[in-house]
Amino acid sequence: MGLLSSSVSITRYKVDGEIQDHLIETIMEGLNKNSITEIDNEPIEKTAGWASFDNPYLPDFETSSCVIGDHFVFSLRIDKKNIPAKIIKKYYTLEMAKKLTESGREHLSRNEKKEIKEHVINVLSLRIPATPNIYDIIWNYEESSLWFLSNQKAANEELETLFSKSFRLKLFRLFPYTMAEFNTGLTDKDRDILSTISPTKFMD
Amino acid sequence: MLDVSVAYDRYKFLGHEFLTWLWFIMDVDQTGIVKTNKDMVSLEMDNRIVLENSLDDRVENIRIKGDDAGLEEAKISLQKGGVVTELNFSFKSGDYEWKFNIKGESLNISSLKSPETGKIEKNDDVEGAVLEKIYLYAKVVSLVENLYNQFIYLRISNKWDDDIVPRIKKWIKS
Repeated sequence: MGLLSSSVSITRYKVDGEIQDHLIETIMEGLNKNSITEIDNEPIEKTAGWASFDNPYLPDFETSSCVIGDHFVFSLRIDKKNIPAKIIKKYYTLEMAKKLTESGREHLSRNEKKEIKEHVINVLSLRIPATPNIYDIIWNYEESSLWFLSNQKAANEELETLFSKSFRLKLFRLFPYTMAEFNTGLTDKDRDILSTISPTKFMD
Repeated sequence: MLDVSVAYDRYKFLGHEFLTWLWFIMDVDQTGIVKTNKDMVSLEMDNRIVLENSLDDRVENIRIKGDDAGLEEAKISLQKGGVVTELNFSFKSGDYEWKFNIKGESLNISSLKSPETGKIEKNDDVEGAVLEKIYLYAKVVSLVENLYNQFIYLRISNKWDDDIVPRIKKWIKS
């Protein structure tokens, strides 16, 4: 779901850490170095990288700015080749039969079967284009706040890993505990109470 | 700070209690939350609620959906010790309306529909449209954060056990 869609989902993060110098250049460099690379002609099943918000299929952080107002706006692109299980099964069975005929044996070892399966997946990966999934990101650096426009667990995990690798900053997902923990208005006494709190029973 | 994955599970009940409290406030008297959230005209439960009830050896989920759905079953689930795990809201500010869903355990916002924005007719319009959308999403994000902070202060105060919980219990039975 894109930023300009009629309906969006938002996962909120607090960004921990600071970029010491040349903020925009450093962020652009992090985006550039970790931008998405095409895997359509590679024996790779999945990849993730940054893409520009305005042109996610041809990301080019050299020419396209990701600064809009007070925000950095860009996208996480996850490309995955979805090879149907039935296609894998078909070519796996054919390859197994070929190997058995060639070797004159009746059975293959577990390792041989594993190798055949990997080989089949690699070959099919070269023939099937990857499906791109694009998730927009709005990062307000001054407020140490980042919105990721997806609630999907796997996409959030990819974001957290790639963000840390690209900018050397840590993302803390905001959920009931972390929202209370980062509430600067709470005193030490309040935090002590919070740490020992247990669920309320609304029934007698 | 606790390990994040441990803290997520350990404290997800706070998110469920937050949604239960919000439903109570919206149903009984929302003057307090309107006062502390400037520009808010109203906050109402929209057309979806999900509750979870942990029984002896199983978990029962109750989903109530639809514009004309009755909430009796949801109240019965609360009477049996259930908790609200998801709630759909309609939020009005000025002449505008937002609709969104909140999941208690994560406080993630989903299915957020903000007021209509101007049409993008040329490339130069994109930047303005993005800023407008960010402004509109920020309204909901701020609202959720303000309400949750309000809840947390209440939750760790004596007022929670002495005043709020007895009132919620009475409301559940009503």
